[in-house]
Amino acid sequence: MTLDALGAILLIPTISAALLAILPGYMLAARLNIAAALATFLTSLSLFVIEPTSGQYLLLDDLNKVFIVLTTFIGFTTSVFSASYIHHEIETGRLTPAFLRFYHAMYQMLMFAMNLALVANNIGLMWVAVEVATLTTVLMVGIYRTHEALEAAWKYFILGSVGIALALFGTILVYMAARPAVGEGLDGMVWTVLVKHAAQFDPALLNVAFVFLLLGYGTKVGLAPLHAWLPDAHAEGPTPISAVLSGLLLNVALYALLRFKMMLAVNSEAIAPGPLMVTMGLISVIFAALMLYRRRDIKRMFAYSSIEHMGIIVFAFGMGGPLANFAGLLHMAMHSLTKSAIFFAVGHIAQVKGTQKIADIGGLTTTNPVLGWGLMLGVIAIVGLPPLGIFMSEFLVVSSTFARAPWLTVILVLGIIIALGGLFLRVGVVMFGEPKGKTAPAEASYVPMFTHLGLVLMAGIYLPPVLVTGFQNVAKLLG
Amino acid sequence: MSSLQFDIAHLLAGSLVLASFMMLYQDRLYALLNVYALHAGVLALSVAWQAYVQQAPHLYITALIALAFKAIIIPVALHRIIKRLGIHREIENVIGVGLTMMAGIGLVALSMVVMLRVTPGADALAREDLAFALSVVLLGLLIMVTRRNAVSQVVGFMSLENGLVLAATGAKGMPLVVEISVAFSVLIAFIVIGIFLFRIRERFDSVDVQALDRFRGERR
Repeated sequence: MTLDALGAILLIPTISAALLAILPGYMLAARLNIAAALATFLTSLSLFVIEPTSGQYLLLDDLNKVFIVLTTFIGFTTSVFSASYIHHEIETGRLTPAFLRFYHAMYQMLMFAMNLALVANNIGLMWVAVEVATLTTVLMVGIYRTHEALEAAWKYFILGSVGIALALFGTILVYMAARPAVGEGLDGMVWTVLVKHAAQFDPALLNVAFVFLLLGYGTKVGLAPLHAWLPDAHAEGPTPISAVLSGLLLNVALYALLRFKMMLAVNSEAIAPGPLMVTMGLISVIFAALMLYRRRDIKRMFAYSSIEHMGIIVFAFGMGGPLANFAGLLHMAMHSLTKSAIFFAVGHIAQVKGTQKIADIGGLTTTNPVLGWGLMLGVIAIVGLPPLGIFMSEFLVVSSTFARAPWLTVILVLGIIIALGGLFLRVGVVMFGEPKGKTAPAEASYVPMFTHLGLVLMAGIYLPPVLVTGFQNVAKLLG
Repeated sequence: MSSLQFDIAHLLAGSLVLASFMMLYQDRLYALLNVYALHAGVLALSVAWQAYVQQAPHLYITALIALAFKAIIIPVALHRIIKRLGIHREIENVIGVGLTMMAGIGLVALSMVVMLRVTPGADALAREDLAFALSVVLLGLLIMVTRRNAVSQVVGFMSLENGLVLAATGAKGMPLVVEISVAFSVLIAFIVIGIFLFRIRERFDSVDVQALDRFRGERR
């Protein structure tokens, strides 16, 4: 097999993970980490120019191209943020250089696993990749070794493993359903082959398989009521990992779900996955929106906000149709950019103030204006106020579903408004109240945060036609 | 397929469910581990028999992996971990044995009803295997939720994984690559668990998960 770009986006992280594992000196490691992430991102951009051919193991189509570029881009910006973040952690002694070596190696492993999940054409391989991604993040969440971090990591490990086990059972059932039509062996797991023949599969078996897949990968997406691991994992791990978890890993799990949804759509006798996804999405939105009101930890609060937005995205994809799919896709991209920008800001704020407790942080706009206003802008974006990108995508979700299911839309909008109230209530104190905590100036890298926010703002005002046609193609593909 | 071959496959898969039931009520860690080793041994036998029946030599490798890793290496390693953690004398209060067993029976009935109803087209062996596999998976979940000791939760998880292997071998012609990678990931997962058990112990002086609950993010 000759090495093409698809192979390269897997190979670069693997090699750098191995290098980072043996490389002493965290400054150098952080730079190598950035360089590797940048190389992966540039390679993924080349996918638009030269399209590698899909094989039995790797696949490239319009759908995963979007996911790959988004993943590698945020992987790159987060590595830039991570470099300044860990610098501070070393100074305060929360992490030691030995841990950082491990941290950087795991970061690239995670990138590898996510890329593999996105390009895998084999549903077994995709499962393995999601599993590897889960295990690496478990290790990273527990890296601080505090009581809370261990508790969070253990919970994440147990719940994530159970979820992933259920997904494997679903995968096996899909293979069973495919066997009579496709035949034994490798073909029965190749996604492109499966989709081609899905019309002849046994619908009953396919239905049960999808329920398992929804529960399994749904756990990883963080859909209520399977979300219990998510707030802890976000709050206790290093903040760059929170950013990657919210911005990327949830999307990867969602991507797996979408692939199976496309397969079910081909079989006319199987259940429509839409209503199931719509229901779980709505439950997540309402539940997470209500949970926002009683949060005391700032990272936890934004973790709940991630649940809410994943709910909106799953809702949009569940409704289906070209417009709702388009809206879901746009919302996913916007949410990833905004949420990781918010975590960049929150990470530096928590470092400056030495705490994540909302009660101990106050008056940020006076003590650290750049960080404070950066976070404020992020929050304005995430609650869906115009003119930022999330307003646009939420507006599209709502307007595209209103004609078809007015009542569902009412519930959705209610959830979004409740969430807006909750977030502003909490963030207002942090932003404008009495200045509290330490007031040392932040040694932050603002570039990744404002790059993301700038992109979100730009998307809200003007979407380039290239992007629109690209997203429209994907939306058509999703059915 | 002769009916004898079918009967033996059926017997072995049924024994796996039985072993899961045995794990439900063990209140000593060593005893639980021994039953788990038995569980994995039965799984290896069952997979080997499937390899013979389906004439699929690659399944022998799966059986060998199950025997080596799950029936020997992991139980032995867990034995040593338990000893080093100094919890080998602890007796765990299994919550309501009678109730748990009833719930277990309910879960098995549920998986029979679900799986047999949706697979009328598949061949008899695969159907039975899937139904048994789902039972083992659900019983593994039940073990995990009724236990409070981190080690027994892990054992419950491993038994759940055994159910998945049973399902994968029942599905005729499943590519070996998948099984090997599954085995690998279980191994990695196990290493992760090992590390965590020690860290939890180091922090909490206990591997009772309730001690962890007290430190949940916002309870202070």
